[in-house]
Amino acid sequence: MSTESLPRPPSARRLELTVISAAALFLIVGFPLLHAFGFVSTFTISLWGKYLCYALLAMSVNLLWGYTGLLSLGQALFFALGGYMHGMYLMRMIGDLGQYHKPIPDFLVFLGWTKLPAFWEPFSNFPFALTMVFLLPGLIAYVFGYLAFRSRIRGVYFSILTQALTYAASILFFRNNLLLGGNNGFTDFKFILGHSLVDRETGPATLRGLYIATALTLLAVYLLCRWLNGTKFGLVQQAIRDGENRVLFSGYATTHYKLFVFVLAAMIAALGGALFVPQAGIINPEEMKAQNSLEAVVWVAVGGRGTLIGPILGAISINLLKSWASRAFPDLWLIMLGGLFILVVLFLPGGLVSLPKRLAPLWKKLRAAPTPSSDSQPSTLNSQLPR
Amino acid sequence: MNFFNRVLCLVAFFAAGVAPLLAADTARQVIVKAIVTEDSTEKRTLIASLVGQGDEAIPTLLDAWRKDLLFFYTPAEGAKIAVQLVGEKDEAGAQSAVRVDTGAPLTGPSGQPRRLVAGDLTPVDHNSSLRRAMKAVLDLLDLAAPDPAKRIQALQTIGQTQDAEKLFALEARLKLEADPHVLRILREAIALIHLKDAKTEVRLAALGELKELHTLSSTDFLKKILADAEDAKDAASASAARSALVAVERHRSAVDFFGTIFRGISTGSILLVGALGLAITFGLMRVINMAHGEMIAVGAYTTYLVQNIFGAGITIPFFGLNLHLGGLHLTGSAYQWYFIAAIPLSFLTAALAGITLERTVIQFLYRRPLESLLATWGVSLVMQQILKLMFGSNNVQVGSPTYLSGNWTVNDVLLGWNRVFVIGFGIVIVFGMWLVLTKTPLGLLIRAVMQNRAMASCMGVRTTRVNMLTFGLGSGLAGLAGAFLSQIGNVGPTLGQNYIIDSFMVVVVGGVGSIVGTVISAFSIGGIDQVLQQYLPAWAPGLGWVPGIGSFLQNLAQDAAVFGKIMVLGGIILFLQWKPSGLFSTRSRTLDE
Repeated sequence: MSTESLPRPPSARRLELTVISAAALFLIVGFPLLHAFGFVSTFTISLWGKYLCYALLAMSVNLLWGYTGLLSLGQALFFALGGYMHGMYLMRMIGDLGQYHKPIPDFLVFLGWTKLPAFWEPFSNFPFALTMVFLLPGLIAYVFGYLAFRSRIRGVYFSILTQALTYAASILFFRNNLLLGGNNGFTDFKFILGHSLVDRETGPATLRGLYIATALTLLAVYLLCRWLNGTKFGLVQQAIRDGENRVLFSGYATTHYKLFVFVLAAMIAALGGALFVPQAGIINPEEMKAQNSLEAVVWVAVGGRGTLIGPILGAISINLLKSWASRAFPDLWLIMLGGLFILVVLFLPGGLVSLPKRLAPLWKKLRAAPTPSSDSQPSTLNSQLPR
Repeated sequence: MNFFNRVLCLVAFFAAGVAPLLAADTARQVIVKAIVTEDSTEKRTLIASLVGQGDEAIPTLLDAWRKDLLFFYTPAEGAKIAVQLVGEKDEAGAQSAVRVDTGAPLTGPSGQPRRLVAGDLTPVDHNSSLRRAMKAVLDLLDLAAPDPAKRIQALQTIGQTQDAEKLFALEARLKLEADPHVLRILREAIALIHLKDAKTEVRLAALGELKELHTLSSTDFLKKILADAEDAKDAASASAARSALVAVERHRSAVDFFGTIFRGISTGSILLVGALGLAITFGLMRVINMAHGEMIAVGAYTTYLVQNIFGAGITIPFFGLNLHLGGLHLTGSAYQWYFIAAIPLSFLTAALAGITLERTVIQFLYRRPLESLLATWGVSLVMQQILKLMFGSNNVQVGSPTYLSGNWTVNDVLLGWNRVFVIGFGIVIVFGMWLVLTKTPLGLLIRAVMQNRAMASCMGVRTTRVNMLTFGLGSGLAGLAGAFLSQIGNVGPTLGQNYIIDSFMVVVVGGVGSIVGTVISAFSIGGIDQVLQQYLPAWAPGLGWVPGIGSFLQNLAQDAAVFGKIMVLGGIILFLQWKPSGLFSTRSRTLDE
């Protein structure tokens, strides 16, 4: 399916590294600098911050679907759970600046609470909230994954069950009785770690800091996946994707591998969600609808699954398209998204990343006509490898 | 409501209405007398004498009187006449006048109808005690109404207010009432009024009566009596009230139990109807059709269209074009046929949509189930949006034909006709599917191709055509489901999303590829869901033992609908630990399936 693990010619590798380093450098250093000097608006930088969070979500989907063959439709749940855990901390940081000027969040006042419910108490502490960002989604993924993989639920059954899990969680989070804000969720955040999010003077700097943190996290996750890919673990993971029973019969406990990847992916998604919340300024159960999971799968499919850079590319490009199209053609956007998805699945299974490879023969023919080709297009070599 | 009952009611109605007629004046004449007389006590007595009469003129005339629409008209020759002004005012402000005593139009000397101006006439006056007397008449009027439902409602109102003044009218009805349901409510109302009686033995008798009747509506009164009796250390009343209360509670738990069973079966059949199409496309063909929900929506919208075509017609905006469908402007019973007509049409429309989907997308993805999941999700997005553009993003109104609306009450258990119908439909459709799959040549081909596509192809079966038809059949069943679900829930562009996850769960639990499994799992899931919804609030306090989050869980479990659903989903995941391939798994020797 993927050529990622096959040895590549050095020139291709060098080119890829150069492009990625340049892009990373621009996203991590260049973009914030442009913002600091006023060339880029605060709106744009937090919009891009959100895109990068989505890219994290896409990375987690890709880790499961692209590399392990597990199509999880529950990643939006873990994303939203991470968001909720961080959101609880941010809600506590509002203090008594809410509309009711009470020391507890507004919606609790509205529900008739006079003191904070016990389970809210520790979330005033940032390290605790951060731990929970990883712990709760990780725990849920562990329990669900353990049950699912133990009974060898795989393929589409796994997808359907994860979708059902997400659905169950979303109807639960829509209830006010859960004491997590009901369908309004959390919003109106004021401070993060003592820095104001809304202040006219210092707010943009805080958001810039959040953006940089997101970009750095994305880079770290990218490097983690890249490293993981090269290890024996990564090879087993891909072998599970390509033929689970053979791996099982070779003596590998595939359940443990899958469980590990599932929990890891849940944590990556949760981290993305946690970074998403302060930049988007809101978290509500809409974020955990099964549709969002599927949308994240679209990003991966469009970008190119089973590649490292594909999900990032897909998440950013589809969301750019969405930002533009949902304003320019509000009625047609969903038709475009759905249509794009059908087309990609039917005609471009390798996604955008495979496009140069696919176009290479065409390009070669065009170039060959006037002058003999002298360029060292890396993908021409790749295209000759068996797919 | 059976025919015999209706006849009895009619007899009772006429008996009630005719009897006073023979004895004295008509209701109209009584009212005229009341209008004319000067003595206010006599006015009240005359009006009160109208109680229990079924004459249809009473409500209109008394209502007109209260609203100052009755007037005295004094013609040039003769005494004053009481008239009612009715109809539209013309340019001069005049309306046509109707004589109160006969109900005939007021005529002039030459026989032509007279038109009068309200301002020129003296209105018939009334005071508050008179109005109260009229209201009492109007309240009791429904006691003799021909419609038993109306009589029941009137009796319930009287019973709940415990108005002792109306006791005599109720006791008069007791001899006339023939409908057993109404009679039961009537006895309850009388007993409830007796509860307020000053004499202890009357109260005790009433409690005995209530125990015998054990109606649900008497609970609150019994509780109050019990509390009062305990306060007053009245042991006899207290024990009578307690035993009546026990009888009522026993009856209530029986009603709840049977109601839950009915709702469970009905929810199960809704799940079944939604999942049967999926049992074919997913179960037999192994195609994950995420657009299955939209096929259900297509069926529901077809019903909506057919309804409009039978009615006034409809204009559908679509990408700037306005597609107009003319209406047949049918009324009455001809219009009621629309639902029957919609059933085959929704099957056909959804089947066509399914075949188109199979030809354009799915046929390329038979070997790639995960990809077919993703591509059909894209299709479902596109279809949802197209439905939104065509019919708007709000829910549309699909009316129920008369034969599907209303309830069937069996011993206080409420059975909605539409739900009874869905249960029947579920049975019919399962039977039909079994016939198609096992008794027809197409069914034989379908089973052959689904078992081994390559082998069937070698034997000369045109597998592509069979695939197409099978997918069409599955989608058509989804369309049928849509037609029926339009009678139960809302019809909107996202209708399908409400059913898709449940449908998949039903098929997975039942065992992919097994129709019997689908049926059993639909009814089990529906039954468990309804049991949880009914009894979770009662069980919720028992959750307190959970350390730390006990009170939180208790609070949450009060949301029975949501919490029940979550428990069902959790239960399904646990169930799959025990039987990973569902209730009925198709055995296979292949490893990778």
